Amino acid sequence: MKLRVGFGSCGIAAGGRKVLEKLEAEINNHGKDIELILTGCIGMCFYEPIVDVIDNDNVYTYANVTPAIAEEIFNSHIVGGKPVEQYIVSTSDKPYPILAKQVRIALKNCGIINPENLDDYLVKDGYKALTKVIKEMTPEEVIEDIKVSGLRGRGGAGFPTWFKWNAANKSKGDIKYVVCNADEGDPGAFMDRSVLEGDPHALLEGMIICGYAIGASEGHIYCRAEYPLAIKRLEIAIADAKKRNLLGSNIMGTGFSFDMHIKKGAGAFVCGEETALIESLEGERGMPRLKPPFPAQSGFWGKPTNINNVETFANVPWILYNGGSAYAAYGTEKSKGTKVFALAGKIKNGGLVEVPMGMTLREVIYDIGGGILNDKDFKAVQMGGPSGGCIPKQLLDTPVDYDSITKTGAIMGSGGMIVMDEDTCMVDMARFFLDFTCKESCGKCIYCRIGTKRMLEILERITAGEGREGDIEKLQELAVSVKDGSLCGLGQTAPNPVLTTIKYFRHEYEAHIKDKKCPAKICKPLLTYSINGDKCIGCTLCAKKCPVQAITGEKKQPHGIDQALCTKCGNCAGVCRFGAVGIE
Amino acid sequence: MCTSCEQQLETKFADDNVDVALLEPIFTEYAGKAGSLISILQKTQEIYGYLPLTALKAIADKTGHKRAKIYGIATFYSQFRLNPVGKYVILQCHGTACHVLGAEKIGSAICDELGIAPGETTEDGLFTLEDVACLGCCSLAPVIMINGETYGKLTPDNVRKILQNIGEAEKGGVVSEA
Repeated sequence: MKLRVGFGSCGIAAGGRKVLEKLEAEINNHGKDIELILTGCIGMCFYEPIVDVIDNDNVYTYANVTPAIAEEIFNSHIVGGKPVEQYIVSTSDKPYPILAKQVRIALKNCGIINPENLDDYLVKDGYKALTKVIKEMTPEEVIEDIKVSGLRGRGGAGFPTWFKWNAANKSKGDIKYVVCNADEGDPGAFMDRSVLEGDPHALLEGMIICGYAIGASEGHIYCRAEYPLAIKRLEIAIADAKKRNLLGSNIMGTGFSFDMHIKKGAGAFVCGEETALIESLEGERGMPRLKPPFPAQSGFWGKPTNINNVETFANVPWILYNGGSAYAAYGTEKSKGTKVFALAGKIKNGGLVEVPMGMTLREVIYDIGGGILNDKDFKAVQMGGPSGGCIPKQLLDTPVDYDSITKTGAIMGSGGMIVMDEDTCMVDMARFFLDFTCKESCGKCIYCRIGTKRMLEILERITAGEGREGDIEKLQELAVSVKDGSLCGLGQTAPNPVLTTIKYFRHEYEAHIKDKKCPAKICKPLLTYSINGDKCIGCTLCAKKCPVQAITGEKKQPHGIDQALCTKCGNCAGVCRFGAVGIE
Repeated sequence: MCTSCEQQLETKFADDNVDVALLEPIFTEYAGKAGSLISILQKTQEIYGYLPLTALKAIADKTGHKRAKIYGIATFYSQFRLNPVGKYVILQCHGTACHVLGAEKIGSAICDELGIAPGETTEDGLFTLEDVACLGCCSLAPVIMINGETYGKLTPDNVRKILQNIGEAEKGGVVSEA
């Protein structure tokens, strides 16, 4: 028997370390010879800490394990051979529906193997694709297979991967580089973190294959400093791969050499743009360059460079091992294969899922994600982060592929899916994203630097209850200018969250501007708190919790709120047990 | 860089007397390596906890880059700090998922509990609060990270408790379970 503990960032944050310590202690106490495996994130983050008991071919998955439950599992299941049914959410015979509906390619090993053990990866056919590639295939054949697979960049724009590889392959240069964009900056996206933490060798293998295909000798991984665990595991993976001659000089005796470096990002969203990322790799401020020349012609240090993101590279070993057509068998005509999504926000089963392209949003959110938290009404799903948009209820049957999502006004982006319910204010969401892009604008282009600021000011005014007639039109006009007047993707897409919310939720904007009301009851300056005298029993709790003494009243008598003093903090509504505090 | 700009920096940012000799190993490690300014600044911040102006000047002298360029990089990236931080650095996530699930209320609770605004440090030098764009733990939203440790599924009440526990532990008191 083996024990496996979820030890990705999510598992650790949910309390995985205490569970692990408990299991270690139990193993020692019982003197049992049981292997304890640490693994990355299986994607069911809402179930963390997760413990798997592996009994030959049967895997029993226990969810929301505490140290006490861990002890119970150990005594009953490991020692007594009796699974503790009440905590089991998935078994090999009856996998959890979330897992059953998925097709896992990029995530195939996440949550299964120990990411710090190269042998675990090798057992799962690891580095077999690399062996096949460098021993049996020409670089052109590799690129052809990627072309057949239909793989498109998973970082956002969805550019055909083979095209970039081919351009870099054709470019002349004494040195060429492979760069991995692991600077996952979209707020609300964590696909790449999971791959980096859960299966770092898949990334390395994909990058080495790319290096072979384009004729590069060096790889650089630009990883955000906010992912310390990912960086640690990458360092271990690189060292291990070098020891086995899977990386470094004269790989597997074939004469092909490839070295790998990690560079820590310093926190700038714009560095997700490939030319800004190159600037940052060179130690400069991350400001985008004019294209052309494209990085394939002149990239890192002016040399031909191919840049892909983590998920794109993680798909590569599977494609080369199983063949491009096997990958192309999944998905739609123009969007092949699978895509990883990070489900978060007001959703029951938050976590990571990998599904074939073409599945509808409804299936992803309801069948896999379990629907909306507290069974509230679905309002919108935000895709593509600050560059994307909000897709409303009436478009829930949109298939998830690059072109269909683009048609809605959002973009596929890197795969963040933030679900919003009736209590989310769409004007506030537009303000939230504009605030982000405005802060993250590098300042190079005037429209992006100042245009986003002016748009933000208008949105701030609207959410503060000072919206004016004509504000919506002004926002739309500015949006077009910012899109047209910006050099890189950040500015070109920054207005998307505003445009999509105006398109689908114009009535919410109008309610803010004309009626001075926030329908979702989020924008504080537009709210009025009052106490319903029929419901209030005079318990005085709200008065005690009011930070500005705006609530007065005798004990056991209905209380009242002095609107002149009220700061709309919401404490009173939060503490009232009788539903007496009304918000308008 | 013009003198007046530099004076402005000096009044705005801390410049405690720091021992620049500590930088020597970094200079040796990156000597002659092009494109390593960001790495040098990251290692400098690891030593001092922030980027003291004296250190930035020393880096400029040693690497031959203009001071303006180094200040430019140090102020461009959100990771770099030009003022000292407290013993515990709280990173509060303001990602989309956290925002939708009430990050603002968590932020107000932290500010109220510690009596500081984002970007500030408590008078006793114990806590610094910083807003960050996303910590990538979206399914645990709302989230904060204190010195590398992630705390998820927060409510205004339990975040206060977490901070109080750390405060008490620092005073040598008994730490109760959060």
